[in-house]
Amino acid sequence: MATLEETNAAKVEADHSLRRRDFINIAAVSFAGVGGAVAVLPLVNQMSPSADVLALASIEVDVSKIQPGQAIKTSWRKQPVFIRNLTPKEVADAKAVPLSELRDPQSLAERTKPGKENWLVTLGVCTHLGCVPLGVGEGENRGPFGGYFCPCHGSAYDTAARIRSGPAPTNLLVPEYEFTSPTVVTIG
Amino acid sequence: MSFAWAKPYEPKTDIGRWIDERLPLPRLVYGAIGGGYPVPRNLNYFWNFGVLSGLFLTIQIVTGIVLAMHYYSYADGAFTSVERIMRDVNAGWLIRYAHANGASFFFVAVYIHIFRGLYYGSYKAPRELVWMLGLVIYLLMMATAFLGYVLPWGQMSYWGAQVITGFFSAFPLVGEPIRVWLLGGYAPDQAALTRFFSLHYLLPFVIAGVVILHIWSLHIPGSNNPTGVDVKDEKDTLPFHPFYTAKDGWFVGAFLTVYAVFVFFMPNALGHADNYIPANPLATPAHIVPEWYFWPFYAILRAFTVDFILPAKLWGVLAMFGSILLLFFLPWLDRSPVRSGNYRPVFKRFYLLLVVDVLVLGWCGGAPRNRSTSASARLPPPTISRTS
Repeated sequence: MATLEETNAAKVEADHSLRRRDFINIAAVSFAGVGGAVAVLPLVNQMSPSADVLALASIEVDVSKIQPGQAIKTSWRKQPVFIRNLTPKEVADAKAVPLSELRDPQSLAERTKPGKENWLVTLGVCTHLGCVPLGVGEGENRGPFGGYFCPCHGSAYDTAARIRSGPAPTNLLVPEYEFTSPTVVTIG
Repeated sequence: MSFAWAKPYEPKTDIGRWIDERLPLPRLVYGAIGGGYPVPRNLNYFWNFGVLSGLFLTIQIVTGIVLAMHYYSYADGAFTSVERIMRDVNAGWLIRYAHANGASFFFVAVYIHIFRGLYYGSYKAPRELVWMLGLVIYLLMMATAFLGYVLPWGQMSYWGAQVITGFFSAFPLVGEPIRVWLLGGYAPDQAALTRFFSLHYLLPFVIAGVVILHIWSLHIPGSNNPTGVDVKDEKDTLPFHPFYTAKDGWFVGAFLTVYAVFVFFMPNALGHADNYIPANPLATPAHIVPEWYFWPFYAILRAFTVDFILPAKLWGVLAMFGSILLLFFLPWLDRSPVRSGNYRPVFKRFYLLLVVDVLVLGWCGGAPRNRSTSASARLPPPTISRTS
């Protein structure tokens, strides 16, 4: 053994090129390292939403029964969605607020579809820490701005579901949706 | 540990020294699988199967923990949840096939490991405890494999649970109450499934614990070698790292390649198609056999057909358990001072007979009972044509 090592040492001293054994060692360890890393990918990815969960990603809602001033709560990707038919007064209130007063400036028109600005579709997930705000059901506390009020930490949203007071950082999220007919909304 | 000339760990950095004084974990690793564990230099490839077994225990635990994230141990939902793993969970098919075939390859590695120990006399003094702890691991593996096979709640799962728990009913008086207690009912059902899942999750960690004892007790005398002659000095050994890490690494790559062929190209070759039929307590599949790694024991179990003093059913169960329990006494039954089978001509013949015997029993155990209800396992059946 010692002889072999001595020979190798002598060779290394003679020329500083890579030894065959070093090359094999580096190649083998790299190969195993890449292989090991690739094997970890499916073990990590298995925790991502599975096919049956992703299949819930799009829903259709019939909104023909919602009268002005009423709202419904439906479920999209296991999260609550608020669909609200605003009264003309609520629309006017939302438009009357100057954008400069808002924490997350957005006009009502930006948060609704053209020609359908009485239809407010938002996620019912408070942007503070994820509670479901009140204000959909009859007689629920709609907070000081007439929109939604979160019972957890007192965030108050206005009639365009924009954050007006309390700890939440942004407006209630408007999901991707479209009117596939005058009375049917497709969310997602 | 191990041979007298084993190099003690010497930290090379200040941080290394700081850690070593407080928690000598690097020292433990160095002495167990590093340069501080001298290994006989003449080991052949049969000595690679210990590391391989450890690797497959790891693969089983990792894939098993992942599967448990998606599996329901609910009698009405277990089968569906396994199908959901196969179809909907990202890479679920891969993880399940890796686990199912991993069990088979774990047994392949362990069987070769056991037969290597038998041939080279690794069970003899001073390694009796290594051998006995190994047998404990093997028994725990059998239990774990059986419990796991029940979980998909297909036809083979269900009837496997029925038959294996039926072993206990062979014992007079206490047998039937024990069986009912184990199942939590009169037949496998929700109670059995839930406890089998719980224990299937627990036992691998018990195995891991016994593996630590197994390796610890090995590292006291050090590894045996193909000559069975104790190594004399440092010239007879090489440090585990880098010499045996490199050899093990190469062999792991080769073995995993074969494993990958099964996982990716023939994942159900070692399984039974009937287990893709949901459990039906009212109909037993026509050809009911355990997984291949239990075939020799299954053959012993059903080979007894005549009541002789004790009922035939009890003889079958006793002979089956006896075939393993006997191995615990091997270090004292074999009194030859020579370890290696290489230098024991008579032993070598009997060893070969044992290997052939196990293979023939396996062949009988896996073949369908196609002649009558009598003991066809005593004779090889005329055909072993196996569908699926």
